[in-house]
Amino acid sequence: MTKVVERKPLSAFERTYLPTLASGLKVTWKHFKKTLFQGQPATMEYPEERWVVPEGYRGAPYLVKDQEGNTKCVSCQLCEFVCPPKAIKITPPGPESQPADRANSEKMPQEFEINMLRCIFCGLCQEVCPEEAIFLQRDYSLTGESRAEMIYNKEKLLTLGGVHSGIQKWKHKLEEAKEQEEFPVTKI
Amino acid sequence: MDSFKYLDPTTQFVLFSITKVLIAFGVLMTFVAYAVLVERKVSAWIQDRVGPNRATPFFVQYLPIIGPALVRLGIFQPLADGVKFLLKEDFTPAYVRKVYFWLAPAITVIPALMTIAVIPFGSTLGNSANPMVIADLNVGILYTFGIGSLGVYGIVLAGYASNSKYPFLGSIRSSAQMISYEIAMGMSVVSVFMVIGELNLSQVVAYQEANIFHWMVWKQPLAFVIFLVAAFAETNRLPFDLPESESELVGGYHTEYSSMKFALFFLGEYAAMIAASAMMVTLFFGGWAYPWGGGEAAGILNGLGHILCFILKMGVLLVMFIWTRWMLPRFRYDQLMTLGWQRFIPLALANILITALVLAFISP
Repeated sequence: MTKVVERKPLSAFERTYLPTLASGLKVTWKHFKKTLFQGQPATMEYPEERWVVPEGYRGAPYLVKDQEGNTKCVSCQLCEFVCPPKAIKITPPGPESQPADRANSEKMPQEFEINMLRCIFCGLCQEVCPEEAIFLQRDYSLTGESRAEMIYNKEKLLTLGGVHSGIQKWKHKLEEAKEQEEFPVTKI
Repeated sequence: MDSFKYLDPTTQFVLFSITKVLIAFGVLMTFVAYAVLVERKVSAWIQDRVGPNRATPFFVQYLPIIGPALVRLGIFQPLADGVKFLLKEDFTPAYVRKVYFWLAPAITVIPALMTIAVIPFGSTLGNSANPMVIADLNVGILYTFGIGSLGVYGIVLAGYASNSKYPFLGSIRSSAQMISYEIAMGMSVVSVFMVIGELNLSQVVAYQEANIFHWMVWKQPLAFVIFLVAAFAETNRLPFDLPESESELVGGYHTEYSSMKFALFFLGEYAAMIAASAMMVTLFFGGWAYPWGGGEAAGILNGLGHILCFILKMGVLLVMFIWTRWMLPRFRYDQLMTLGWQRFIPLALANILITALVLAFISP
């Protein structure tokens, strides 16, 4: 249903524009005073002042290490597959490559690259990762002087990502396995 | 200075006039640049922002405390703006009418600058033969109106030359606006000159110089209000910036312009604003006279004081121009026309009539 807003004709006083001028002056003066004399502008002077990034903010995706400082990624390439802008490029390990640095993991990527110019911070890589190895973190302003510089490699991603102990899936698996080595099994 | 005295009077006059022209032009240009800065800063403060505070020339590092403070105030921003305008690509679209396209910015700027010629911006600098006005015309006000309204032709021409719909609409609005407000403006001033009985702007100042109570704004408040509103319309300032109206006409008449040609329009707008403020100071606020009076200056110091007084009065009016921009929304086109034709022209006529009656019967 249409709502008809009734427009009252302006009174003679209102038609002199004086009330409008007065209210206009009041509003502008209020803001002028607040910014200039009380020093409370609504804006922030960006590179010097920065806002506090809230918890759970979805910024740039970085690779994380587990509680023992090992690479969590097992090079399954699901994130590469799901990545909508095709920003992720994983080079899986070949037969001669360095073995995974985590105890009971079969492999880790030989190289893991995220092109931050392509990345759209959608978080699908984080969602799809079975190993909880990649997380969207709090960085939102990535800059570089060349395109090549904006392709972050494995080393850089791991350094920026830091340690993320998370649910420690493989530690628990290992404990379970050790417990089951004895027979009869006492604990399931 | 001694050799100056031995020159014949004509040479002296020419030299002195050239000096005045150059200084007035330089001061006006500086004023335009800093009016833009004031506009940006005041607008920023009213909008809860900080405004330009980054332009840092190399020599700032040698000024310990003042330098950074000046940078915060954006004092060097006009320099950066000027350099930017000069270095930008000057793009001429293929479909424009070239001759008029090049002519239009010049036609906007020149009248705005020429108006300054008849404004008495100070008394004298010691020598009463050389008043501080570039051209002391007997028909000063007619000259200002004649030249001032030429500025609109630049805008109309810009709209025609651009060969594009938004500039065209902007220029049509500008011409309609000029017709409706020029008349009211001219008629508002008639009553002022009826009281004074002179068209020479120096005489207008002389009439008001006694003290603040002799200022014309007290005798002709209605004329002042009409002149003020008409000045807003003449200079295309908000709430009457219909030729420009960014939100509906992209940029109005200067949509197709870039670089220095755009800068000239910009400059013209601010120069016109300064000219209008100068006119208002001269006509209604006693020109260069101190509020407490003091008469014709004796000595250079007093003369400079008068010039400073004029500039301060003008500055107050300029800030008012800028501030009003944020107080009122833009008028609708029909409201603008109604205000011009149906309110201000009858009011101005009534003002002339009342002034005439008062002059004839009460205080001749």
